[in-house]
Amino acid sequence: MAVKSIYLDNNATTPCDPRVVEAMLPYFHNIPGNAASRNHPFGWAAEEAVDYSRDQIAKLLDVDAKEIIFTSGATESDNLALKGVFEMYARKGNHIITLETEHKAVLDSCKKIEKMGGEVTYLPVQRNGLVDLAALEAAITDKTILISIMWANNETGVIQPMKEIGAICEKHGVLFMSDATQAVGKIPTHPKEVGIHLMAFTGHKMYGPKGVGALFVNRKNPRVKVTSQMDGGGHERGMRSGTLNVPGIVGIGAAAELGRLEMAEEAKRLSGLRDRLQTGLVSRLEECYINGSEEHRMPHVTNISFKHVEGEGLMMTFNQDIAVSSGSACTSASLEPSYVLMALGLGDDLAHSSLRLSLGRFTTEEEIDYAIDAIAKGVQHMRDLSPIWEMYKEGVDLDAVEWAEH
Amino acid sequence: MAYSEKLLEHFKHPKNVGTLDKSKKTVGTGLVGAPECGDVMRLQIEVDEETQMIKDAKFKTFGCGSAIASSSLATEWLKGKTIDDALKIDNMAIVEELALPPVKIHCSVLAEDAIKGAIKDYKEKNA
Repeated sequence: MAVKSIYLDNNATTPCDPRVVEAMLPYFHNIPGNAASRNHPFGWAAEEAVDYSRDQIAKLLDVDAKEIIFTSGATESDNLALKGVFEMYARKGNHIITLETEHKAVLDSCKKIEKMGGEVTYLPVQRNGLVDLAALEAAITDKTILISIMWANNETGVIQPMKEIGAICEKHGVLFMSDATQAVGKIPTHPKEVGIHLMAFTGHKMYGPKGVGALFVNRKNPRVKVTSQMDGGGHERGMRSGTLNVPGIVGIGAAAELGRLEMAEEAKRLSGLRDRLQTGLVSRLEECYINGSEEHRMPHVTNISFKHVEGEGLMMTFNQDIAVSSGSACTSASLEPSYVLMALGLGDDLAHSSLRLSLGRFTTEEEIDYAIDAIAKGVQHMRDLSPIWEMYKEGVDLDAVEWAEH
Repeated sequence: MAYSEKLLEHFKHPKNVGTLDKSKKTVGTGLVGAPECGDVMRLQIEVDEETQMIKDAKFKTFGCGSAIASSSLATEWLKGKTIDDALKIDNMAIVEELALPPVKIHCSVLAEDAIKGAIKDYKEKNA
């Protein structure tokens, strides 16, 4: 079968839906206005488009349109929420609680906050990737102002118990922020229903364009405020200055609407394909381990470790045809294996051996069947080459070997 | 990051994959790296006792594409060399031959260590 370029890395970024692209196109040339130009029709048309997008997003999240602040993406939204709350609520306290498995945009913002005099607790997760709710509650002090926990993890797809976390925040009068980048547009994400006060997300993980994202900021009960991190013309109710990216905003709005309308059906289709992929691999290969909870997991993701096979090398066996990603150190700039998988308690060896397979709206069954075959053959090829697979097969206790570490 | 043609060729069609009988006196084995580090290289040589010439070399590697290609190339270079000449193989020669990017230089170091380890093992057996 001639298949080219199968994209199973939708957690890195999703292709823009052609319907989204179509909606955006007029706003590059035909409708060129600055949404802040209040005195002529060019500006009005742009502002109208921005308002329309805000409504589309508000509908997806079941929030008020005034609660949506446009940004350049989820990284900026995370920065704005964390640093903005830290500065705004300095008189109330300086303590933030988050998880070891959060995205770097959250973790590195927290590190910056520590340098600014804040205190941050990085909670470990359980073996299945889920937060320990009792440990979370126990970590709250009278200085705690914010709990930041992602909705769904980018590497494992594990979904945190948002409602339960929201209840804990409510009980202790602590703000609840969530990086929902991987969840918005794919599963229901209604912040008010679960007690979230700030929620970050982006266009390009939900079939919208790159370079545009948003932050939901709760306006009533409580009215949440963040100190702006970008100063200028006072756009977005003073929380985020900068000329609005009108075509991008039109795009994220269109993507949000498609997500709302097609989510249920798509999630069902994708979980079927994901299960076909996972079962296909696990049934053909020995010594496969699924990383993270299978029960509380996004419908389109599976993260699998293939024992005694190094992830980057494995990817090289099929990366002409199939795009995936790995938690192997060799794929990261830091040369450390995935900290998310390490936080799940995987040994370095299993973290090095992992593949993240993330399906998307444009993934077909034919592609999945091709991928199963190619990945399984790749694993077999790599195991044929692997001295530790040979040793394992001979019954050597690999933990007892004195390795010449380098 | 795009890899060189030579590297890809060694990765896709690795030379001299396999296992020599390590109980033989004429076989030296070098095992370097650790599973935790993401690469383990096992390189073996079989030496002609009279000429001190390496008559066969085999490897198995757990690791990334560069590690596999480096060890495949190393076995190619070892065959036909005397053990004294084999000791002169420098990791930078592997880097150049395969056009390894800077982050992959450690793979070539590992291959050099594996060569030295195999020769040391052979010498110890025959001391």
